[in-house]
Amino acid sequence: MPVDSKILPFRFRCLEPSNLTDALNLCSQSGDQVAILAGGTDLLIKIKRQMVQPEILIGLQRVPELQQIQTNEQGLRLGATVTLSEAEHYPAIQREYSALYEALRSMAAPAIRNMATLGGNLCNASPAADTAPPLLAFDAQLRLQKSGQERLVRLTQFFLGPGSSCLAPGELLTEICLPAPLPDSGSAFLKLGRVSCDIAKVNAATYLQRRGTVCILCRAAVGSVAPTPVRILQVEQLLEGAVVDSNLLRQAAEAGAKAIVPIDDIRSTAKYRRQVCQVILEEVLQAAWIRAGGVL
Amino acid sequence: MDQLTESMITIFLNDQPFQAVAGASESLLDFLRHRALATEVKCGCGRGDCGTCAVLFDGRMVKSCLVLAAQANGKRVYTIRGLGRDALMANLQDSFIQHGAIQCGFCTPGMLMAAYNLLRIKPTPTRSEIRQGIAGNLCRCTGYQKIIDAIAAVAGKTAFVSEAADSLDSPNPTATDQEKAKAGYLLLGGG
Repeated sequence: MPVDSKILPFRFRCLEPSNLTDALNLCSQSGDQVAILAGGTDLLIKIKRQMVQPEILIGLQRVPELQQIQTNEQGLRLGATVTLSEAEHYPAIQREYSALYEALRSMAAPAIRNMATLGGNLCNASPAADTAPPLLAFDAQLRLQKSGQERLVRLTQFFLGPGSSCLAPGELLTEICLPAPLPDSGSAFLKLGRVSCDIAKVNAATYLQRRGTVCILCRAAVGSVAPTPVRILQVEQLLEGAVVDSNLLRQAAEAGAKAIVPIDDIRSTAKYRRQVCQVILEEVLQAAWIRAGGVL
Repeated sequence: MDQLTESMITIFLNDQPFQAVAGASESLLDFLRHRALATEVKCGCGRGDCGTCAVLFDGRMVKSCLVLAAQANGKRVYTIRGLGRDALMANLQDSFIQHGAIQCGFCTPGMLMAAYNLLRIKPTPTRSEIRQGIAGNLCRCTGYQKIIDAIAAVAGKTAFVSEAADSLDSPNPTATDQEKAKAGYLLLGGG
């Protein structure tokens, strides 16, 4: 039966708590048939296409605690429902978290970025989520809260598979914590899509720290090439402790392209993904190294 | 009224309070078109691809097919009709006509909204920035060049002196709006 994607075919209850305590209580009291509505730009389409059929929707847009951005000496703390636009226009992100800024700018169109949220992009757990590679490269931690409890989970542990995360029933992602940028460090993000605001065929982000000509810290992450966005340890091991030149960056990108496990799907083929993954990995490594003050 | 799945929604549509009962699963787009009769907001794809349902919601441009009517309760919503007396929007409309940036016209409400949103944030965009600004709006007639020409011609010319633009900076409705809503003052837009 063809699906009419113009209407929301299910009747559900829509609850809009006005503070975090109420939101957490609602989440823990509601059963399985609950969906969390942040920006709605993924969820409402899934409901229209009958991919999910919730009985209760818990909308978070009126929860002020989740909308805050804070910076201090420990780093940056982003509330889960900070929109992509708000993050994109936040000066500290533009200045110090280049890879995240570039990812945000590359995502969808302005009207979508004005609604879509950082937390929603992560909890949707798409392998192609554009905020995931930069947040992995910055070694982000997520604050997951359930009424009365909370835990911090590294983003590397968060994704379990396409559309699936380690969020327990009744648990809510409330905050994304990024460590403060280290001295002489740089980051970059690139993605390849069909047209500018498309979903990525491949996306990649790196974060490098430099001491002289040596790379002392490297984190590289890619998306759309595995069941979840992933760190590529092969790239990181090659670069850490090594004197960086353009040959080494090329070798690292080659190693990275060998390590991934892409698939054929509607957006691209595994073979093509592997080839372009190498190219964009090399480019983000170069860009991050130059931003860290290095020379090539 | 089914208390579980329906509720009374009040929005401040183009500076006028509008109140109607809406289902919990009703999109803002349906609420605008079918309840408020604001048919200047078009329904193209219904899933956030085409952009012709763009409105200003709570001070930011959004695709109204991806917002629930319930989410808009108590918020300001502007359609292009509400920006008709705005200097920037008027200039954009003139420029679209002069440059032949309209053929069938179905994308035009969304295109104007995207152009307005872009120039409000960035008064002198490059052509590439204009392209990015309208990247979420599909036009199947013009090939986009004339739309970009029309926006580029307005860019940098318009001073922002308009009530609508001012109130966008304070998205929460004012007390007088709230009072009007309580008094049952309703607006019904035309077709």
